Amino acid sequence: MKKEQQLDLYRQMVLIRRLEERGAELYQQGKIGGFMHLYIGQEAVSTGLIAAREPRDRVITAYRDHGVALNCGISANEVMAELLGKATGMSKGKGGSMHMADTSKNMWGGHAIVGGHLPIASGFAIGDQYAGNDNVTICMFGEGATNIGYFHEALNIAKTWNLRVLWVCENNQYGMGTTVERASAVTDIRQKAEGYGMKNGQVDGMDVMKVYDAAKEALEFVRKNSQPYLLEIDTYRFRGHSMGDPERYRKQEEVKKWQENDPIGIFNKQLLDKKIATRKALDEIEARVKEEVAKAVEFAEASPEPALEELYTDIYAD
Amino acid sequence: MAKITMREAISQALMEEMDRDPAVFIMGEEVGVWGGTYAVTKGFYDKYGAMRVKDTPIAENAIIGGAIGAAMVGQRPVAELMTINFGFSAMDYIVNQAPKLHYMFGGQFTLPLVIRAVGGGGRQLGATHSQTPDAVFAHFPGLKVISPGTPEDAKGLLKSAIRSNDPVLFIEHATMYQVRGEVPEGEYTIPIGKSKVQRAGKDLTIVTYCKGLELSMKAADELSKQGIEVEVVDLRTLRPLDMEPVIESFKKTNRAVVVEEGWKSYGVGSEIVSRIYEEAFDYVDAPIIRVAQKEVPLPYNRTLEQAALPQVADITAAVKEVLK
Ligand SMILES: Cc1ncc(C[n+]2csc(CCOP(=O)(O)OP(=O)(O)O)c2C)c(N)n1
Ligand SMILES: [Mg+2]
Repeated sequence: MKKEQQLDLYRQMVLIRRLEERGAELYQQGKIGGFMHLYIGQEAVSTGLIAAREPRDRVITAYRDHGVALNCGISANEVMAELLGKATGMSKGKGGSMHMADTSKNMWGGHAIVGGHLPIASGFAIGDQYAGNDNVTICMFGEGATNIGYFHEALNIAKTWNLRVLWVCENNQYGMGTTVERASAVTDIRQKAEGYGMKNGQVDGMDVMKVYDAAKEALEFVRKNSQPYLLEIDTYRFRGHSMGDPERYRKQEEVKKWQENDPIGIFNKQLLDKKIATRKALDEIEARVKEEVAKAVEFAEASPEPALEELYTDIYAD
Repeated sequence: MAKITMREAISQALMEEMDRDPAVFIMGEEVGVWGGTYAVTKGFYDKYGAMRVKDTPIAENAIIGGAIGAAMVGQRPVAELMTINFGFSAMDYIVNQAPKLHYMFGGQFTLPLVIRAVGGGGRQLGATHSQTPDAVFAHFPGLKVISPGTPEDAKGLLKSAIRSNDPVLFIEHATMYQVRGEVPEGEYTIPIGKSKVQRAGKDLTIVTYCKGLELSMKAADELSKQGIEVEVVDLRTLRPLDMEPVIESFKKTNRAVVVEEGWKSYGVGSEIVSRIYEEAFDYVDAPIIRVAQKEVPLPYNRTLEQAALPQVADITAAVKEVLK
């Protein structure tokens, strides 16, 4: 990968981190409401994954979607504005944290019903197959979502109908407070693809370049063979499930141990060790991101609330 | 009488019934180690252990279907839907299986199961997580649907639900866990399918339940200051529906407003108004008005969401309109 692109991936990861840190503060101040699920700790997953896609490939994910939105090229301004429920958000303030989408950037949303978007992802691939193109649908979900029927129905039909879907399971070890072991018959989630005769793989989700390489390979397989693929990406969320999670279900030592493997720290070190970037260059990225986030907050706070009439728009298309 | 919160009332009911009957157990997402997403089952896991407080995978069909099966073979499961919106993922079990099996197999077995579900809007959770779809579930014969509005009723009705030999959907409101109210000391139950006058009055009858009760009681206070005395009838159970206190009150006031949090079209209010017209037409002095949610999916933005939800001011305005 070219130096510039690597630095851009670093920028994206830092942007997700800083934007969400500000988001958490704004939530504490009551400026953001509802459920807000932070991606902090998992930045390398969607950053590496989405860097590997062609612009024509569709992305769909669950409610933990701020990072995915930014990686897909949605601006920090719009993400922040949607978090604050403003008219300038990409969903006009009607969706909030869990429902970020910009279909012009092939980001088909944050979806809040666990597993509910998986059959829809199959549907994207049905539509693309019908249209005769070779777009791939990248469908991201947590390991907890692999225990619900939606997952199994979607995988089965994808394999049976030769659909171009890259199923990406972000295994962050917990579904809310429930560990993989307590909820899933197999803890290597990729094994679930075996039952459907589906090709699968597994990769360390704390290393953005490893994620990128695995995703490139998987996407190529899907596109070439017109076959689905399940990629399990192992990761960890550093924060609670959502804001206000008392985190009684895990020990702080466990969190600390994973934090030593901070995906941003790892990538930072790689870039320095391989002499791809100087410390100064990385500091500059950090400074620019800080400014971008500050501007986004300014933009969002200055943006208007959606008009009351918006209550009645977009209910029907006709 | 002790004053406790709705959360404590529900929690006490569960604990008392678990202590009373070893066949009672809980299953649902995050009910155990986490202590319940709304902290209703906090401490249960440590007290009763993993066999009686089952943390399930995220698998609503396995939860409700599983509870049905366990009930059919003699246990008394209390299944929890983290929110009622996730009940749509298990709709077949809730409306197409649980209410039918006893009937369809000629009463050979019973289904003593409770589904606790958290419903309601007002927490900025967006369109898929904020619904009050009570009327949808109340449509199905064979299912009992309870939705209490006070801690006293919540406790007494949940205990009855657990002792009932039929499938019961018990709907709680996400914004009401901190509501405080007096609860009788010691053991008591409240019968399923009995409406109750929660406030006496002579000028107009407000028919409501759950969150609508909270709003209506506030509206009644305000109206009282203006010299209007409304009677508030709380349905408490949506199916089987007890119209007696409603009709009795209406025959006295000849005027009514129905308040619910769900959508107006095809809603609880539609049913109540029809029943009043059917059963007390001769007593109608003015058109009956329904106060309900605007006919839109609930938005995230707080101002918009509140504009879509029924408010106290909507109720007082409706009452004055009917009294005009
Ligand atoms: C059908 C359904 N059931 C339950 C929930 C509540 N819920 C939201 S997120 C979540 C945990 C999901 O875990 P996982 O899939 O591993 O994703 P993660 O949050 O770890 O990213 C649960 C139970 C829901 N949104 N939808
Ligand atoms: Mg998870």
